[in-house]
Amino acid sequence: MSAQTIADKRPVDRLGIQQPRLPRWAPLGIAAGAAVLAALIGVIGGLGSRIQWGLIAAILFVIGQFVISTAVEGGRQAKDRLATSLVWVAFLLAVVPLASLIWETVSKGIKVTDGYFLTHSMSGVVNVAPGGGVYHALMGTIEQVLIATLIATPIGLLTAVYLVEYGRGPLAKAVTFFVDVMTGIPSIVAGLFVLSLWIMILDFGYSGFAGALALAILMMPVVVRSTEEMLKLVPNELREASYALGVPKWKTILKVVLPTSLGGITTGVMLAVARITGETAPVLLLVFGSPAINNNPFDGGQASLPLYIYQQWGAGTSASFDRAWAAALVLIVFVMILNLLARGIARWKAPKSGR
Amino acid sequence: MTAPPTDIETPAPPPSQVLLSNGKGSTRRGDKVFSGLSKGSGITLLLIMAAIAAFLAYRASIALADNEGNFLTTFEWDANSIPPKFGIAVLAFGTVVSSIVAMVIAVPIAVGIALFITHYAPRRLAAPIAYVIDLLAAVPSIVYGLWGALFLVPHLVGTYEWLDRYLGWTVVLSFDGTAPRSLMTAGILLAVMILPIITNVSREVFAQTPRLQEEAALALGATRWEVIRMTVLPFGRSGVISASMLGLGRALGETMAVATVLSPSALLSAEILQAGGGTFAQNIAASFGESGQFGRDALIASGLVLFVITLLVNGAARLIIARRKEYSGANA
Repeated sequence: MSAQTIADKRPVDRLGIQQPRLPRWAPLGIAAGAAVLAALIGVIGGLGSRIQWGLIAAILFVIGQFVISTAVEGGRQAKDRLATSLVWVAFLLAVVPLASLIWETVSKGIKVTDGYFLTHSMSGVVNVAPGGGVYHALMGTIEQVLIATLIATPIGLLTAVYLVEYGRGPLAKAVTFFVDVMTGIPSIVAGLFVLSLWIMILDFGYSGFAGALALAILMMPVVVRSTEEMLKLVPNELREASYALGVPKWKTILKVVLPTSLGGITTGVMLAVARITGETAPVLLLVFGSPAINNNPFDGGQASLPLYIYQQWGAGTSASFDRAWAAALVLIVFVMILNLLARGIARWKAPKSGR
Repeated sequence: MTAPPTDIETPAPPPSQVLLSNGKGSTRRGDKVFSGLSKGSGITLLLIMAAIAAFLAYRASIALADNEGNFLTTFEWDANSIPPKFGIAVLAFGTVVSSIVAMVIAVPIAVGIALFITHYAPRRLAAPIAYVIDLLAAVPSIVYGLWGALFLVPHLVGTYEWLDRYLGWTVVLSFDGTAPRSLMTAGILLAVMILPIITNVSREVFAQTPRLQEEAALALGATRWEVIRMTVLPFGRSGVISASMLGLGRALGETMAVATVLSPSALLSAEILQAGGGTFAQNIAASFGESGQFGRDALIASGLVLFVITLLVNGAARLIIARRKEYSGANA
């Protein structure tokens, strides 16, 4: 990069020691050429899809630039240019499906999403008919996630405190390792575990609470990991100052360490909540679903947003697809709001570095 | 960490400390209670992990005892018929194939994006792009599944027909034009889903490359690509490996996205563009509804296999990360 700017300042190379470089507009020119050529190939070859035109243009651009650059600048620069275009291609390749996902969800979901959709349940609505709503699923999701959070947060927080403030020796190492491994447990396995223990062995029925138990298992390691990172950021001087004043360790943790990192911990918990809100598999196994409003998470099947999407998709009618997209939109908005709030808190409460 | 041990209170407290704490008795009790609580939570986590393994194994053993087929080599999953006959051959094959497809697509692209964010994107763009990728990791899997089933599947027909025209002779890539609710489609969808995870971890590792090494390479006249090849990639290799394994762990266990885009069948076929096949997680989600008590035990048996596989993959990934942390500390 810096070599290029120097080269631009010295347009005349009298001694002939500098390698010739392509002018700045060269990539643009090659891109335009590639686009025209691709369009020609597309028209002649009768390719209907614009995506194919774009792909051909991209390939022509990469090859063309490499060849021209090799001829003018030599192999090393050509490889550099090739790598640059490949990295850009990787980026664009990733953006396309993700942008499409957001666009599809928003454009299809917005058709059905309105006040009625958010405030009514599916009670008495047949799959083929339009109408109905997600109120019951929204309530179910909120209750299940709330219960899961109430279970997972204290355990996760205390575990993180143990790891940072007390943990020494093999036990702490084992906990650290298994927390990491636990982060990777497939959600369906957590669901199967609660199914085998809570429903098949202890013989409780399907309920929102059973789902919440599985969600709590998925949430715990996330809370531990993020809280641990935050506690490690608390400067040791604060702890030492507190000890020097004769404050016992537990009070130091409660009154100094935790308040200092409260913002970061809140962020971590909210990100964990956002993660479990979208979990479908355990809910599918444990909560069973219900078309009507059931506000009691301890008794009987309950609906939940992800499960609702799955069931509406499974119903396979155009009205139910519309509802599925709308519920997906509601779910994404819900999760994104949680995410943005969490990150906002993280920025707002970020420990000031120095002064 | 230089935190003093808990027995700091044992020497006779100076008079002033009596004023600060409510007497040494409550102090010690508080410390004991609090450290006990936090230690207990850590142990609870370990117990949960142990319980997951134990209970899954217990239920699985019930199912396996009555299985008429061979659990490892039987193709069908007829756990509810009498006598029950089920095996994981097709599921294991499907899980592996879809995950491999996902990794082959996602890892190079994710490394590319990570490099893009750390070394290519204009400074002002890099942070927002990283932020957006972070947010995309938060999109629920069921939404990916819905998008995959209703958008991706119909839009892949053209591509698959093209592949079939030119590469159909390989058998692996042959395609007859029916809805491509296949392992390949599942793999592509999984690739989209694990992209953000691999990108994020790789990006963090690349950003830690010692600045002096990069500048030394630049000073020797290296191009940007040569800088990356000589300093960034060697430094980040183990990070990329562990990031990929974390992604692999997620791809192996992903349920809903695969369940929505795959038409399951009990066929073990190398034609991965053709509808059919199955994965562990997909089979659990799809068969659960019509399963009786015994069928569920059988599903739990397949879940146990999945659990063990993901445990190994994730454990290995974490060990690689941990080892790397130890020696990168010297460079910091």
